[in-house]
Amino acid sequence: MSNALTWLTDPVNWQDQLGTPGIPTQLGNHLAYSLAAVAIATVIAFPLGLLIGHTGRGTPVVTFANGLRALPTLGLLILLYVVVSPHISGRGDAPYLVPTEIVLVLLAIPPVLGNTCAGVQNVDPAVRDASVGMGMTGREVLFRVELPIALPLVLSGLRSAVLQVVATATVAAYVGLGGIGRYLYDGLAARDFAQMTGGAVLVAALALVLDGVLAGVQRYAVSPGVSGRFGTGPAQAGARVAEAAGKASVPA
Amino acid sequence: MIVFESVTKRYPGGTVAVDHLDLEAPKGRITVLVGPSGCGKTTSLRMVNRMVEPTSGRVLIDGADTAASPPAALRRGIGYVIQHSGLLPHRTVLDNIATVPLLLGTDRRRARSRAMELLERVGLTPALAKRYPAQLSGGQQQRVGVARALAADPPVMLMDEPFSAVDPVVREQLQNEFLRLQEELGKTIVFVTHDIDEAIKLGDRIAVLRVGGRLAQVASPAELLARPVDAFVAAFVGRDRGYRALGFAAVSSLPFEREETVRLGEALATARDRLNGGWVLVVDAEDRPQGWLSEDGARLAAQETVTEDALNLGGTLATEDGSLRELLDAALSSPSGRGVVTDGEGRLLGSISPSTAVRLIEERSSAPAGAPGTGEEA
Repeated sequence: MSNALTWLTDPVNWQDQLGTPGIPTQLGNHLAYSLAAVAIATVIAFPLGLLIGHTGRGTPVVTFANGLRALPTLGLLILLYVVVSPHISGRGDAPYLVPTEIVLVLLAIPPVLGNTCAGVQNVDPAVRDASVGMGMTGREVLFRVELPIALPLVLSGLRSAVLQVVATATVAAYVGLGGIGRYLYDGLAARDFAQMTGGAVLVAALALVLDGVLAGVQRYAVSPGVSGRFGTGPAQAGARVAEAAGKASVPA
Repeated sequence: MIVFESVTKRYPGGTVAVDHLDLEAPKGRITVLVGPSGCGKTTSLRMVNRMVEPTSGRVLIDGADTAASPPAALRRGIGYVIQHSGLLPHRTVLDNIATVPLLLGTDRRRARSRAMELLERVGLTPALAKRYPAQLSGGQQQRVGVARALAADPPVMLMDEPFSAVDPVVREQLQNEFLRLQEELGKTIVFVTHDIDEAIKLGDRIAVLRVGGRLAQVASPAELLARPVDAFVAAFVGRDRGYRALGFAAVSSLPFEREETVRLGEALATARDRLNGGWVLVVDAEDRPQGWLSEDGARLAAQETVTEDALNLGGTLATEDGSLRELLDAALSSPSGRGVVTDGEGRLLGSISPSTAVRLIEERSSAPAGAPGTGEEA
């Protein structure tokens, strides 16, 4: 552990050397692979989840997506690398990047899809009934009522997708890409355990920072009426007192 | 006016929820749909704003077939209040009330100031405007639900058991305020309830539905109590019909007697001098009855003056222009055996004995049928 600390604090590791990128560069790579995967997954799963939750049709899709979680990531990556990469004639990293991103996207879809769908479905039927009864169109009900109420679940789905993808993006290094996985695989090959441990610490730190950022977003974006963060207590007490006073003055 | 023309709702599978319903809900009045569960009352209500589409028949609002307007536009012109309020949990009370005006394109500031007016109109303090629904009690939520339905000032309101989910004390309060509000606003209201007492209290017309969605009887509350059309309606309307019907019999020219009183704060000795049959009525400085003082109460009092804590509060009060039911109840509940009658402001007019109340009732029943008091039959 102290060796890992030495490795982490060694200024040499934080600078790009000839042929060996430094920690900031690899963190950037790792972040790029992860965010790209989460973004693609969200673009696919979020609208799909809203649609399935709102219409109540297509729930088997959610079940199927959850089943994808059972696929072994590394095995799938190797399979895709063997099957897909020969057909990609792009220059640079494309033959390695495509299988990696597919694997990560498949990992990020289930939590985003499942939570979005569940969030919309869990909206109180009385609230939906009242919204329709007041004259909202289906679209208005979805975006003005169901989505704001589902937001905490949607965002927690996104957070768990981010955590999983950031932790798993280390496999990029297995097919020769960068990212923090580099330190794990290189460290393993060279039996440099300090480097391995340091890499693991970096992955965990990155995941925690991103989760913290999203928690902040969640706090800001979700209505207090949904999250239950009403601020101070006196308001609540005031409601009780007002109600009690109302009860006391029952007309004869 | 809302008209149901031979409206039927049959679900796939053959269940008939509403069977050839013909009904008129007159303009500016409260029409109550009442019946046991499974009688199709909620389905009937929901066919007015096309939350449920009739299988056959038409629903007309002021002569226009509802099937002709797009559902969303139709619903924006109809107030809608449901049992569990259905407030939007992510919006403040004020924005909840402003929902329909905002859907209709009213600008936010105007919608909010209108919402603020309505908040006070339904008896809530402006301090609640910035709260969220989860911070309100059930009764407060229902008030907000009513305010929300009124926000776009729709001529027609649909109310589906709006007061069923609150406790009896709050329910009575909400019912009273609802009647007061309706007196001011004169909306055309269709109101669904399973509670016959609520129907009788609120309805100008009551439509009793039986299981299978068939209309059993439409009548004014007094008519329903006096002449249930068949055994089903009679059983549904329930016991104490005769007594409850007195609630619709107005009192005219009351033969009340003068009642000796003492004021709060007067000497107990004065009170003792004025005892009549062991009791004396205590009033406040404005002559409003506060309660009865008994001989024992006067003897055991800790102070030498008449104070509130020595009073017996058992008697109810009848108002001069109230109903025979109120009058009889006042006479029967009074510890002194003398029912207290007040004027509209709550000031004492006099008292009445149970035997006088019964005589008034007898005079009424010997009068020709359809006599005063049941004049609201439509």
